[in-house]
Amino acid sequence: MINQLSWKVGGQQGEGIESTGEIFAIALNRLGYYLYGYRHFSSRIKGGHTNNKIRVSTTEVRSISDDLDILVAFDQETIDLNYKELHSKGVILADAKFSPKKPEDTEASLYAVPFTEIATELGTSLMKNMVAIGATSAVLDLDINVFEVVVREIFGKKGDQVVAKNMDAIKAGFDKMKENLSTGIKTMELEKADGKKRMFMIGNDAIALGAIAGGCRFMAAYPITPASEIMEYLIKKLPALGGAVIQTEDEIAACTMAIGANYGGVRSITASAGPGLSLKMEAIGLSGITETPLVIVDTQRGGPSTGLPTKQEQSDLMAMIYGTHGEIPKIVMAPSTVEEAFYDTAEAFNLAEEYQCPVIILSDLQLSLGKQTVEPLDYDKVEIRRGKLVAEEIPANENNAYFKRYEVTEDGVSPRVIPGMKNGIHHVTGVEHDEQGKPSESATNRIAQMDKRFRKVENIRFNTPVYKNAKHEDADVLFVGFNSTRGVIEEAMVRLENDGLKVNHAHIRLIHPFPTDEVLQLVRSAKKVVVVENNATGQLANIMKMNVGHAEKITKHLKYDGNPFLPHEVYTKCKELF
Amino acid sequence: MATFKDFRNNVKPNWCPGCGDFSVQAAMQRAAANVGLEPENLAVISGIGCSGRISGYINSYGFHGIHGRSLPIAQGVKMANRDLTVIASGGDGDGYAIGMGHTIHAIRRNIDITYIVMDNQIYGLTKGQTSPRSAVGFKTKSTPMGSIEESISPMKMALTVGATFVAQSFSTDLKDLTALIEAGINHKGFSLINVFSPCVTYNKVNTYDWFKENLTKLSDIEGYDPSNREDAMQTLMKHNGLVTGLIYQNTERKSYQELVTGYSESPLSKADLDLDQNYFDKLVSEFI
Repeated sequence: MINQLSWKVGGQQGEGIESTGEIFAIALNRLGYYLYGYRHFSSRIKGGHTNNKIRVSTTEVRSISDDLDILVAFDQETIDLNYKELHSKGVILADAKFSPKKPEDTEASLYAVPFTEIATELGTSLMKNMVAIGATSAVLDLDINVFEVVVREIFGKKGDQVVAKNMDAIKAGFDKMKENLSTGIKTMELEKADGKKRMFMIGNDAIALGAIAGGCRFMAAYPITPASEIMEYLIKKLPALGGAVIQTEDEIAACTMAIGANYGGVRSITASAGPGLSLKMEAIGLSGITETPLVIVDTQRGGPSTGLPTKQEQSDLMAMIYGTHGEIPKIVMAPSTVEEAFYDTAEAFNLAEEYQCPVIILSDLQLSLGKQTVEPLDYDKVEIRRGKLVAEEIPANENNAYFKRYEVTEDGVSPRVIPGMKNGIHHVTGVEHDEQGKPSESATNRIAQMDKRFRKVENIRFNTPVYKNAKHEDADVLFVGFNSTRGVIEEAMVRLENDGLKVNHAHIRLIHPFPTDEVLQLVRSAKKVVVVENNATGQLANIMKMNVGHAEKITKHLKYDGNPFLPHEVYTKCKELF
Repeated sequence: MATFKDFRNNVKPNWCPGCGDFSVQAAMQRAAANVGLEPENLAVISGIGCSGRISGYINSYGFHGIHGRSLPIAQGVKMANRDLTVIASGGDGDGYAIGMGHTIHAIRRNIDITYIVMDNQIYGLTKGQTSPRSAVGFKTKSTPMGSIEESISPMKMALTVGATFVAQSFSTDLKDLTALIEAGINHKGFSLINVFSPCVTYNKVNTYDWFKENLTKLSDIEGYDPSNREDAMQTLMKHNGLVTGLIYQNTERKSYQELVTGYSESPLSKADLDLDQNYFDKLVSEFI
């Protein structure tokens, strides 16, 4: 009996590898297992190795696993590229069609199963994926009926016969593998799950859902990996709410259109990845100086330039904090789980309106695309707060003067009116301006407006700027990370604690303005600080040094080969320090 | 009801004396009053450059954005509130150089806004460099040997990318220009109005006199039919683009707002932001 399983399916892109993983995962999720899936893919549609690694557990999981129990291979390349992850009792289920060869340096077993042949006999070789699911089920001793509902959802439109054929394929794969099992390997029987119904989604789904919950009714965006799912979800859902999504001609249009719509009074979003963010930078400055609310998502991927467009990286941090010329108040938040991605996105719209500034939601490819089991989301926790948006009638001004949209106030936030309101007329400009929005080069005015804008974010109210699991007052080590590294750190931490080390963990959720006091306290109470991040220069570590000092304590643990951290890599790095 | 005076805000423009943009400003104010707008129901979104300052010189909501991006901002404003009248405006550098991509796509998208380009064939605010509207051979600080690049023909370009309203005017023809802006505002869809607005400081070639000599009024061409795109194209080619009046209008094609699925009939800015719990539950259940 095992309570955790790591399964990977691989082959050429365009062969249905994704749907194989998807069907397998959805069925198990519905049985109440916790899943975490990570896809390895290339920036092309057909051809090139792709794989989908799925971890199944009876308890919560938030990272991919170090090793692998079952590898389903549709070509030799999949075996050659991935077999090293298999542990000694691991199993390779390979399509007999390509006469799979087992590498010499592995103790794992290889079974050649005629996936393609069985599928072809049943009608079409396309169903080889189903045969593979059946074979997997035999190894796990799973009841294959669990797949029926999922198969029906996916193929139901094509008719009962197609559904039946696909189920036949699963059964044939199951039976064939059972024959193999009777002669050799043991099954890996999975412990029963709790049967609870939980969501199974990617971070981008949660961001999009969070946007809807947070009152977003307009999106302008340009397609890009790994952000497009946000646009694709909203374009399906916003029409039912009267809203719209426009796929713009470029990233600049996406950002400026979202600014226009926010100025017009609609909560609006744009989302992209690094290359798009580079193009949006001038517009982000416009949002800053005109104090127009704006929510922007940056799903980080490998940079610079086109970089590694389908790979994990966390290298936009500095650009998001400091990007745009000149100086503006800005909020950069970094959810570390899918749940947080939902709540933080909804909250981003409140912050954008309350502080009248751009809010960047930083994600990364692993968080945005990693598909995982998510605990129920609570809509009651979502609030709509619109800050100093003027809702009531405005009295007529003396001498027909403009409304003081940029009134210098104690907290820096000025009343905001939207076009269409009587007596609210004012001017908005990216040129430095006076309280009515009229261009002004006066030195006194410049200082007053700059100070006012920065006053807004001096004490921003942000729920849980740092996720903490820090029970030690004198920790041997403090781990720090942001976005998707939370899972690996959590796992490494458990192992290190078992080894007798005292470990604290802080995951930074509010990147800017940096939660200095809170982080400083944690740094002070640790002997060493290990900052775990997917970039080559240690951007978060550098920001910590800038804000909290203690450079002597800080060690950077960096990975920038395009792949997410594995738990043992974080564990080993820390062990080396002691 | 508001008169054109209600659209004045007493800010003194920083344009040079004699600049063509003064007349464009006056025509916009008159057109706004003539179509029955109240100042708060007009939003003027402008780009960067001398003419881009115009949003600050009209008593209405105004947004002076970044160089070349008045159109996407204006489209966002219109999507947020379909009851507003939205006019985007700027110069030929703004609309046909740095912002050309947006111009083409705004035309083909056909959101119901009006775009007024003050075309002076030169970069004025940066003190005299060539523009995409400068003629071949035109000498400027950036083309001391004369421009060797072909000049863009915005009217022909608009016709080829699916424009539903294409017009051109000359800033001194205040009456005609005002009427065209009114027609553009009333047009259900995207309207492009290119206005020859001479730069008296840096363009010594395309002067008021030059335009008077070279422009042909479409109303003087017998039988000109602005609903015929082919004729429009031929006329533009024949006159090297130097015509004024309504060049082309397609009243049949629906605007973006009329075509987009589900889009709110009342201003989106007034939408209720709370979701029904059942609706939220339904969204969630789709992930289970």
